[in-house]
Amino acid sequence: MAKIKVQPIKYMRVKPTTNVLISALFIILGLMCFMPALLVLIVSLSDEAAVAKNGYSYFPEAWSLGAYAYLAKQTGYIGRAFVNSIGITVFGTVLGLVTTSTMGYALSRPNYRLRGFFTWFIFIPMLFSGGLVASYMINTGILGMKDTYWALVLPICCSSFYCIVMRTFFQTSVPEAIIESAKIDGAQQMRIFIQIVLPISLPAIATIGLFLTFQYWNDWMMAKYYLSSNVQDKYPLQYVLIALEDSITFLTRNKDKMGVDASASLPSETIRMAMVMVAVLPIACAYPFFQKYFVSGLTIGAVKG
Amino acid sequence: MSKQSGKKKNSNASNGSSFDNLELFLLHLPTTLWYLIFCYAPMFGIVIAFKNYKVRPGKSFLYSLFVNSKWCGFKNFESLFKSSYFSTMMRNTIVYNIIFIILGIVIPVTLAILFNEIYSKKLAKVCQTMMFLPHFLSWVVISYFVYAFLATDRGLVNNLSRHLGILKADQANPQWYLNPGFWTWFLVFLNQWKGLGYGMVVYLATIAGIDQEMYEAALIDGASKAQQTKYITIPMLRPVMSIMFIMAVGNIFRSDFGLFYQATRNSGALTNITQTIDVYVFKALLEQNNINISSAASLVQSVAGCITIILANIVVKKIDSEAGLF
Repeated sequence: MAKIKVQPIKYMRVKPTTNVLISALFIILGLMCFMPALLVLIVSLSDEAAVAKNGYSYFPEAWSLGAYAYLAKQTGYIGRAFVNSIGITVFGTVLGLVTTSTMGYALSRPNYRLRGFFTWFIFIPMLFSGGLVASYMINTGILGMKDTYWALVLPICCSSFYCIVMRTFFQTSVPEAIIESAKIDGAQQMRIFIQIVLPISLPAIATIGLFLTFQYWNDWMMAKYYLSSNVQDKYPLQYVLIALEDSITFLTRNKDKMGVDASASLPSETIRMAMVMVAVLPIACAYPFFQKYFVSGLTIGAVKG
Repeated sequence: MSKQSGKKKNSNASNGSSFDNLELFLLHLPTTLWYLIFCYAPMFGIVIAFKNYKVRPGKSFLYSLFVNSKWCGFKNFESLFKSSYFSTMMRNTIVYNIIFIILGIVIPVTLAILFNEIYSKKLAKVCQTMMFLPHFLSWVVISYFVYAFLATDRGLVNNLSRHLGILKADQANPQWYLNPGFWTWFLVFLNQWKGLGYGMVVYLATIAGIDQEMYEAALIDGASKAQQTKYITIPMLRPVMSIMFIMAVGNIFRSDFGLFYQATRNSGALTNITQTIDVYVFKALLEQNNINISSAASLVQSVAGCITIILANIVVKKIDSEAGLF
C-alpha cells in the first residue's frame, strides 16, 4: 500500500541535482535574511573596546554582557521606553480587536439591513484617503493629540483590511445555526457576539491580534509625527532608537564646530545595538510559532469579497 | 463587493427584525465613529490644500482654517508643480514603484514555484522561517542592521574589504551613506529583501490549493515539469497575481517612508534618489512647517492613487472578468 502511494509522488519530483540547487538557493536566501540580525546580536554581546578596535565583526575578540547590564539599570527615558512600548502594544491590540471584530461581525450578518451601506463605508477609505497633512492637522488641531499617548494608539487601531478578514472568517467559520438557536432562546446580539461568536472565533482573533501586536510593537511613524522632544518620557522603544541615531548624527556633524566629540556622552555602540536587540528579540523568538496564523490571515485577506 | 451585499437572504421572519438591526448598529458604533474621525474627517480636511493656511495664535485650528485663511484656488498646486522638487519626487516614486511591482511579482512567484520542489520539507520550513524574519522588523531596526554593514569606520563591509586587501592601505574607507550610485540599487535590494518571505506566502498557499489530480493527469499525458509549471501552476496563480498587481498599482503613488527616509538615515547626499512624495510631504509638513505646499502634494498623491486603483481594476477586469478586486 505504502509503495503505491509513494510512486506517483516520486515521478512528480524534480531531478536530484535540481533539488540540491534549489535547496542551496533557499539556504542562501534564508541566511541572507537572518545573518544581519545575528551580526547585530553579536555586536551587542561584544566587548566595547574590541568593537572600537576592530569594528563590527561576527567573531569579536572579547565577549561581554555589559551593554545589557547597562540597559537593565536605566531609569531615564531609555528604561521607560520599554514600558511604554509594552503598554502601547497591549492597549492598542485590545482596542484594535474590539473595533475590528464588532464591525466584522455586523458585516457578516446576512440579515443586517445596513450591511451594504457599511461594507462601502469601510471600503471607500481603502480607495481614497485625506492624506497625511489633513490627518495630521485634524489629529493635532481638533483632537489635540500632539504629545499624548493617544496619538500612538488611536490613528492606527482599526483598518479595513482587518475588518474584512474578520468578516470573511465569521461568514465562513461560524455556523448560522448556532446564532439562530441562540436567538430563539432570546439572546441579544451583544450576548451572541460575546458569548458565542467570539469563543469559537479564536483563530481569527489570534491572527488579527498578532498582526496588531507586531504593528504596535514596530510602530515608529506615529511617534515621529506626533511626539516632540518635550515628551521624551513618552517615547516608545523604536522611537528612542531614532532619537539616539539623530542626536549622534547631529553631534558628529557638529564635532568640528564644537571642538569636542560630545557623542561620547551618549550610549555607546554596543549599548545601542543591545537596544535594537531588545526591540527585535521578542519578535524573533515569537514569530516562528505564530507564523501559521500570519499565513492564514494573509490568505483569508486575499480572498475577495 | 457590491455583488455580495445585494444578495440578501430571505430567511425566517424572526431574523432581521428592526431590533436586531439596532443592536448590530450599536455594536459597531465605536468602529463607525473611528472611521468618521480618522478616515472621513481627513477626507474633508483636503480643503486645506485650497486655502492659504495661516495660523491665528490662540485660536483653534478650525477658526484658523475657515476664518483666518483665505481661499486661494489652485495656487498651492501651482507652486508645487513649479517647484524644482516636484519632478524629482514624482520620478522617484513612480520609477521605484514600477521596479518594485515587477520584481515584487516575478521574484516571489518564481521562488514559490521553486520552493515547492524542495524534497526536504523540514529544510524548506526552516528556510521559509528565516526568510520571513525581515518582514517582522521595523525599518528603524533594519536601518541599524544596514548601519552595521555600511558604517564608514566600523562597518563590516569596509572592515572585510580591508582584511581581504580589496581596500589598499593608502585608500580611505568608502562612505556608503554619501554614495547615491550604490543606494539607487541598494534600495531595490532592501525592498525585495524585506518583502521576500511575505510575498511568497500567498502564492505558496495558492499552489498548495491546486488540485493534485491535474498534475497527475498531466503526468500521464507525458508533460515535463516545465510544462506542468507553464500550463498548470502559472495559470492557476494568475488570479492571485492580478489581485496583487492591482493592489500594488493602486499604491503606485505611495512610497515606503521607512525605506526612503529611515533606512537611508535621511542622508542629504542621497536626496536626489530618496525624495519620494511621502518623504517630501513629511519634510515639508514637519521639518519646514509648510502646510500649504505639503497639503497640495498630499492631495495630489491621494487623488492620483484613487484614479490608478480604479483604472487598474477596470483594465484587469477587461482582460479577465473574474480577476477584479471590486
